[in-house]
Amino acid sequence: MKKLLMTAAAAALALAATAMNASAADKLKVGFIYLGPVGDLGWTYMHEVARQALVKELGDKIETTYLENVNEGPDSERSIVQLARTGHQLIFTTSFGYMDPTVKVAKQFPKINFEHATGYKRATNLGTYSGRFYEGRYIQGVIAAKMSKTGTIGYIGSFPIPEVISGINATMLGAQSVNPNIKVKIIWVNTWFDPGKEADAAKALADQGADVLMQHTDSPAAMQVAQQRGIYAFGQDSDMIKFGPKSQLTAIVNNWGPYYIKQTKAALAGTWKSEDTWDGLKEKMVVMAPYTNMPDDVKKLAEKTEADIVAGTLVPFKCPVLGQDGKPVECKGGTHLDAGQILGMNFYVKGVDDKMPGK
Amino acid sequence: MQLVLEKRAERSTFIALASPLLAIVLTLVTISILLLALGKNPLAALYVYFIEPLTDPYTLMEIAVKASPLVMIAIGLSLCYLANVWNIGAEGQFIMGAVTGSYLAVVTNGSDVGHWLVIVMLIMGALGGALWALIPAICRVRFGANEILTSLMLVYVADLIMDYLVRGPWRDPKGMNFPTTASFDPSATVPVILDGGRLHAGVIVTLAVVVIAAVMLGRTIKGFEIRVVGAAPRAARFAGFKSDRLVIFTFLISGALAGLAGIIEVAGPVGVLQPGISPGYGFTAIIVAFLGRLNPLGILIAGLFLALTFIGGEGAQISMKIPLDLTKVFQGVLLFYVLACDSLILYRIRLIGSQPKTA
Repeated sequence: MKKLLMTAAAAALALAATAMNASAADKLKVGFIYLGPVGDLGWTYMHEVARQALVKELGDKIETTYLENVNEGPDSERSIVQLARTGHQLIFTTSFGYMDPTVKVAKQFPKINFEHATGYKRATNLGTYSGRFYEGRYIQGVIAAKMSKTGTIGYIGSFPIPEVISGINATMLGAQSVNPNIKVKIIWVNTWFDPGKEADAAKALADQGADVLMQHTDSPAAMQVAQQRGIYAFGQDSDMIKFGPKSQLTAIVNNWGPYYIKQTKAALAGTWKSEDTWDGLKEKMVVMAPYTNMPDDVKKLAEKTEADIVAGTLVPFKCPVLGQDGKPVECKGGTHLDAGQILGMNFYVKGVDDKMPGK
Repeated sequence: MQLVLEKRAERSTFIALASPLLAIVLTLVTISILLLALGKNPLAALYVYFIEPLTDPYTLMEIAVKASPLVMIAIGLSLCYLANVWNIGAEGQFIMGAVTGSYLAVVTNGSDVGHWLVIVMLIMGALGGALWALIPAICRVRFGANEILTSLMLVYVADLIMDYLVRGPWRDPKGMNFPTTASFDPSATVPVILDGGRLHAGVIVTLAVVVIAAVMLGRTIKGFEIRVVGAAPRAARFAGFKSDRLVIFTFLISGALAGLAGIIEVAGPVGVLQPGISPGYGFTAIIVAFLGRLNPLGILIAGLFLALTFIGGEGAQISMKIPLDLTKVFQGVLLFYVLACDSLILYRIRLIGSQPKTA
């Protein structure tokens, strides 16, 4: 009798185990590779927010995993492979530096679908996606030129890659549309995330007379400095109003959630395809945080600029775009610079007072 | 009643052997408490950390790949530290090795010149690292400059040189201006020795270095010289050993090994020269050197163990959703206990009652 009970118990356990396995296998496993810590409150944080939105929307059909702080050197390939080997069917790699490793792993695992953020190499099972963040920068340039009393904007650059350069240029063009004599001072910190360095750069810029700060780095450090100094700043990646309730004018918010949900739904339905997605304000992949701490006329101008960009009546890189030497650059898109010129931007527009590092 | 540390008359051999084991036991206990506090099953987590990576050929290979540069650099550093020479700049020597070795890969890119290329690259990488290490060595010997500072500061110089090269002259012409060289040709790549993973020929080189270092330290006059100069400088002078020459020698060797590790990493797992090729290997290797008690075999074990915690930590993130920060706490706690337990080799803990006051 005892033996029989034991056997029954074992059978029940085994049954329960297979049932559990089955339900786990039914769920689509979605993996994410993050560059920074999930708590950076910037780039990685916004991917994490989007992952949580994805879980909220499709939680009963999917299971998600993330690996954080994955360096862009020798470790990333292994991290991606680890996700691929543990049954993840859709893998998002969320930084430019993961491009070659993602391409390599995608080749090894042809049945798994990959999505690489901000890159340009694609395959049948590897798509790319990014946001037109420069659209938001243009609006910020307009606001900054309106709000600055000293006529000097402080800009904290991370690395002089096209994404960052096009942000600086869009800011400058937006600012010049209001004040042709506006100045932009740039400090390169050579890091995406280092709150100490970012704060030092912000202080140095404020000391040099900048009264509106902008950053292309991921922490809220510059916002905190602006709040202490009583000057203005813009949030980066996420709404940073709680770090600068009296300082934040607006913020460029990276809104990946809808995209992750859309692509995951496609993977669930078996209709996922490799695509090159580059969405902006219109598609709401780039969203502006509320316009705060500014007079009504500036707010109206900002809202109009945003509406015009969404409607397509205002194009930030409209030809002629003048290079630093004052000569117009080649206009490959007809009336405006084409995607390749923006995605590979390697020149400053007229009025930027800086020499590009490494040039 | 109080606890005091009392110096032992001589080193305790028993404790010297037991100390690392005690440290590991204490670490496991501490980590188990932390895991319980996080609501995770400590046994399951420790299994994922320490056992699971050893049960799978892919992760075993990855452990070797991860440990290889750490061990190679640490062997070189141990020679320095044994001779009381404080080379803290292995990270910079690693980068300069990668840079000088990559030169050939960059200039021959696209013209398949044959497999001798990668061998010449490795030699150049070792030379580059050695020459970079020669700078602090000469500064110390000629000018009495503190090598801790000079070698450390040269890390940042090396980093910026690489940064300049990959953003400027060596930038991939088809790379949309991103800071990276073109992918290395197959002839400029360290070959993979087993299918289905990234285990490359560099791992064999590392093993050879371990054996050579063990023989040199244990069986040759040079090894004896290193030990004597480090342990008893006065005695070494009477014996006719020139400490200046040894400073140059140990710096050259450790620089060459760090440089070799650098070019193997770039021409192996990474495949391009780009910023971020080293996740701090030159600094982590210092920990490995001391964890391995400056002994070649000990360093091999310490390097493998540290690599195991990296890979296991990744597995724990995937399968148990244990945050990466815990892995870092884990490594810190381990080092803390190792150093704390080591003090028991030279000291003993004694419980003493309140002593009568002597007037």
